[in-house]
Amino acid sequence: MAHISVTVDGTSYQGEVEPRKLLVHWLREDIGRVGTVVGCDTSNCGACTVLLNGRSVKSCSVLAVQADGCEVTTIQGLADGNDWHPVQTAFKECHGLQCGYCTPGMVMAAVDLLSENPTPSESEIREGLEGNLCRCTGYHNIVKSVAYAADLMSAGPTKGAK
Amino acid sequence: MTAALETDTALGKPIRRKEDAHLLHGQTNWTDNIQLPGTVHMAILRSPMAHAKITKLDVSGALKQPGVVAAYGAKELGDLNGGVPCVWPVTDDIKMPAFPALAIDKVRQVGDCVAVVLATSVAAAVDALDSIVVSYDQLPAVTDMEAALESGSALVHDEIETNACYVYKMPCGDYEASRAKADVVVARRFINQRLIPTFMEPRSVVAAPMGMSDEITIWSSTQIPHVLRVLLALVTGIPENNLRVVAPDVGGGFGGKLQCYREEILVTNLAKKLGRPVKWTETRSENMVATHHGRDQIQDIEIAATKDGKILGLKVTLLANMGAYLQIITPGVPLLGMFMYPAIYKMDSYDFTCTGVFTNKTPTDAYRGAGRPESTYAIERIVDELAAEIGMEPMELRKKNWIKHEEFPFTTVAGLTYDTGNYEAATEKALAMFDYDGLRAEQAQRRAAGDPVQLGIGISTFTEMCGLAPSRTLGALKYVAGGWEHCTVRALPTGKIEVVTGTSPHGQGHETAWSQIASSILGVPVEDIEVIHSDTGRAPYGMDTYGSRSLAVGGQAIKAASERLVEKARVIAAHQLECSASDLEFVNGSFQVKGDPSKSQALGAVAFEAFTAHNLPPGVEPTLQAEATIDPEDFSYPHGTHLAALEVDTETGQVKLRKYVCVDDVGMQVNPMIVEGQVHGGVAQGIAQALFEGAEYDDDGNLLTASLADYLIPSAADLPSFETGSTVTPSTTHPLGTKGVGEAGAIASTPAIINGIVDALRHLGVTDVAMPASPQTVWRTIQAAKGGAK
Amino acid sequence: MIPVEFDYVKVTSIEQALAALKSGGEDSKIISGGQSLLPVLRLRMAEPSVLVDCGGIDEMLGVRDDGDSITIGAATTHHGVMSNPLVQKHALLLAQATATVADPAIRHRGTTGGALAHADPAGDIPAAALALDTSFVIAGPGGRRTVAAKDFFLDYFTTAVGPDEILVSFSIPKCDWGSNYSKFNRTAQAWAIVGVAAVVNVQGGVIKEARIGLTNMAPTAVRASTVEAALVGAASPADITAAAMHAADGTRATSDLHAKADYREHLARVITARAVRAASGI
Ligand SMILES: Cc1cc2nc3c(=O)[nH]c(=O)nc-3n(C[C@H](O)[C@H](O)[C@H](O)COP(=O)(O)OP(=O)(O)OC[C@H]3O[C@@H](n4cnc5c(N)ncnc54)[C@H](O)[C@@H]3O)c2cc1C
Ligand code: FES
Ligand code: FES
Repeated sequence: MAHISVTVDGTSYQGEVEPRKLLVHWLREDIGRVGTVVGCDTSNCGACTVLLNGRSVKSCSVLAVQADGCEVTTIQGLADGNDWHPVQTAFKECHGLQCGYCTPGMVMAAVDLLSENPTPSESEIREGLEGNLCRCTGYHNIVKSVAYAADLMSAGPTKGAK
Repeated sequence: MTAALETDTALGKPIRRKEDAHLLHGQTNWTDNIQLPGTVHMAILRSPMAHAKITKLDVSGALKQPGVVAAYGAKELGDLNGGVPCVWPVTDDIKMPAFPALAIDKVRQVGDCVAVVLATSVAAAVDALDSIVVSYDQLPAVTDMEAALESGSALVHDEIETNACYVYKMPCGDYEASRAKADVVVARRFINQRLIPTFMEPRSVVAAPMGMSDEITIWSSTQIPHVLRVLLALVTGIPENNLRVVAPDVGGGFGGKLQCYREEILVTNLAKKLGRPVKWTETRSENMVATHHGRDQIQDIEIAATKDGKILGLKVTLLANMGAYLQIITPGVPLLGMFMYPAIYKMDSYDFTCTGVFTNKTPTDAYRGAGRPESTYAIERIVDELAAEIGMEPMELRKKNWIKHEEFPFTTVAGLTYDTGNYEAATEKALAMFDYDGLRAEQAQRRAAGDPVQLGIGISTFTEMCGLAPSRTLGALKYVAGGWEHCTVRALPTGKIEVVTGTSPHGQGHETAWSQIASSILGVPVEDIEVIHSDTGRAPYGMDTYGSRSLAVGGQAIKAASERLVEKARVIAAHQLECSASDLEFVNGSFQVKGDPSKSQALGAVAFEAFTAHNLPPGVEPTLQAEATIDPEDFSYPHGTHLAALEVDTETGQVKLRKYVCVDDVGMQVNPMIVEGQVHGGVAQGIAQALFEGAEYDDDGNLLTASLADYLIPSAADLPSFETGSTVTPSTTHPLGTKGVGEAGAIASTPAIINGIVDALRHLGVTDVAMPASPQTVWRTIQAAKGGAK
Repeated sequence: MIPVEFDYVKVTSIEQALAALKSGGEDSKIISGGQSLLPVLRLRMAEPSVLVDCGGIDEMLGVRDDGDSITIGAATTHHGVMSNPLVQKHALLLAQATATVADPAIRHRGTTGGALAHADPAGDIPAAALALDTSFVIAGPGGRRTVAAKDFFLDYFTTAVGPDEILVSFSIPKCDWGSNYSKFNRTAQAWAIVGVAAVVNVQGGVIKEARIGLTNMAPTAVRASTVEAALVGAASPADITAAAMHAADGTRATSDLHAKADYREHLARVITARAVRAASGI
């Protein structure tokens, strides 16, 4: 067992983990952050995407021990109190989700994409999301959502609709 | 039917979804999120072989491992090893071999369950699988359907002495006579390849004895909590009234979660046996082999026509791969397609034969469209081939043969009566959006220039039959259940409304759309309506969600129940307002005395009166609720025209989809935003069948595409945006004028893509290309047409 | 799935890493970004007893200017490499190849050195490294040594880095030639069926020299030396196409689910021509 200390969505958590424990399993099983989900075992689907020290990673492809001392942001920590993150607002507005299973990862990947490229073209959005699979939407509205989020973010801080 | 959807109600508006808030904040309730105290986790030892005798199985070693609570093979499990049910024995002489949850003596597919371990953590359960001793005597695997039917083939099930599960025939008219009259007969063999549903949320099930009663609650990532409850009761012997099935948030299904799976049976039985919660969540690797697959048909199709393009008759001979066992509706899937081969076309005769075949592969069952994508693919492909054969523009050939809008209702050669449709309107709109003529001109230019990148235009003018289904029809087809749907609407004393539905959404936005329907009738804001679903404890009656049935059938029940509620409320309101019920009109959620709007009572106030029951009219019972159980009058028949423009790089074989236009007619739209989303997702899945996906096996029956690294589902970067449009020809057999939309896109798009590829390459001598049209396949097809190396 | 149990050691120096590898014995393994290793462990296709995490060794992180060459720490992430100005200026091909690896999230974790040490024949980085005449610094119990690109990739998933050694960094001679990495795959996130890494020195519209690396045409990435020779003097698209006809010469393409060997060979010819044309502007 190894001792780790990780800040998740602004709260600091300590724990003893087996070195083999994946970050996503630690989030889900040990600290009850079940918003982040698992969709595969080959690092392909992206459903588990979180921000690790501000950059997107697949939390199924990081060991919990490797996150020791890091900051993790999940879908559950994205909103600022009652104010939705613009990406969340945009996904609702543009119907960028159906079953919602890919959504935690898709939204986090989109947040990362926009932090690197605030004004992406359609093809930049599509390529930026290549590691996140969605089976429901055909991506059309996801792409629209990200473009709309870019607009919202460039228009300054928004108060998202709830 | 009612008049057009009123614009002053919520109906027909692109209202943003109620479902989204929790999903966008990770405040979700997926089955795998459930962590009950005392839970034991189940891990499954699966067969690595497609066909083998189990010569030895000893689970005792697992029992000695840390954290292990129990371990079972079929022998240890005894009577608790339930059999997976099939509810669609399509013929009287169908062969229905047993499908035990844990294999007994023999395994018949890679992924068959051989033993289970239950332990206090997932890791401990998985670790202990290594301590189970098992040996196999490998048997020859049956992987090829035609070889399977030859005498002397190895048998998947020795006891039934054949690999033929059933033969189903439906002769309509005299095909031989049509053929004799025909100037042209075009025959093709199409392979509708095996697909894996690949919903994003892996299956998960938790069963827990609830302590204070005999109830066992089962949370499952399923599309069919109600049907599952009945089936689990039948299979496990646990009284149905002691079972509660809940489908919490469910991450997609596409037919793949329309099932009573062996793991659901095991978890339920073991929770009861061990007296504590049992949980199992599949890994994606398990999902690829153990969740049912779809499609997998060999389609021999022959079309007879005159030389000027009048279709006379159609003959279809199918081999349908059942896989190793029959699951819930495995044998019936091809029959759902059977009715639709004639599609939108008029003809004199149609001859259908289907042979179901057992192989040592994962069982097949419903996958988005179930039978209808296969039929639509075959007919839309062969119509293109007929057009090429007689030198007619493919759209012209379609126009010549399709049912004209003034000819509806129209009874097809297959015996279905399509209520309404307007193929002309949808096609005209699609062509206008597409720039058909411009693209044809570009195509001619590229051909003339010998451009290595050729342009193709693919057409699919599809219709389908959905909204499953009139119970009588299901009965006639030997399906062992009905196709009705239920709704209860309750007006609560606080003015809120509960709509209790038997549909079970997993991405379709029922909470929003059903609220819109109820709101439009009750005059209550959408926000004040709560849709209760997917829990047999709270929504006891239902037939669940599949076959694009939820709105087409369930929507009718909501409408009827809401209207009945208004009628009950009217009697109470009349009593309060001291007038006769017929003097009241119901406007914007309020009963008003005709001619005196100052005298009125809102629905909420009526609900409160019904709750206190202090002053109800004689004979009226307290509480304000109404229910309706609706059996649909008929299937519904959405249709549309899909057009694809794609570039084929003849040097590499790579296909790039440049433009995709579709105009769908799904009748009245309750929420056009959701309709569009359904079309997008369906179209993407259909494109994926055409270009990317295919479950590949080797000759030993090993699944080669057993992970998302090898089974290629497209990402955003692999698809274009879609240009969608719609026409609205209301259904006359469905009171809301709606049809289904869940499967339409997936049914329509596959042939559009393949027709487009063949169109791009036809001048090179290409007349067909196999699916998935991978670069290698397309390149080899071009080489073969050129007479080069195959 | 869940990996089998193992121990985990995080080290901060090469010496610690070597010591940890030694004390862990045969079954110990370096973990860098983990983007190849963790999927393998999850599927239980490997069962190491100790993982030695080299992500905290300063010397293995970042890119530095060494005058005639740039040196890249082996544990620098794909994202760190492709967005680094020195790489973009002096080894653009590496940035181009790295940008095609997997997806953004994997590029945030996965490391270029890890990809080189892993030496997947379908990986995109080795072909670029070959074309750029990269040299590799390997530390082992006996000290450090430098290995040239041509001696680094030995076989399927096998490099000159021994089980008790570590790849510390790699150096690329500055290269301002035209460059292109063309990757042919079925879906955006998929591995290359064939990839072609090309750097081309064009003067006055004529190719003076070219170096071409091929992905997935043999058990390791390989140089297309016949094409390179044939390209010298090429001045037209037709010249390039003719030279590229040799792209499969001497390769050992294999067959798999997505491509049979003959198709791979064909693709190598077509894609080589395209990559060279893009790199050369001819
Ligand atoms: C879904 C997916 C898609 C991918 N697609 C591509 C792709 O298209 N192209 C591509 O090139 N790659 C692809 N990759 C792999 C990716 O590039 C990895 O990042 C890379 O192969 C390995 O780097 P890593 O740092 O993650 O190495 P690790 O996973 O940490 O290690 C890989 C192996 O190298 C050894 N190793 C690592 N570093 C060292 C070192 N410094 N010294 C000695 N040994 C070392 C490890 O012991 C291990 O055996 C993909 C990965 C995934 C999961
Ligand atoms: S769970 Fe699929 S990428 Fe992490
Ligand atoms: S919304 Fe269902 S997988 Fe994306």
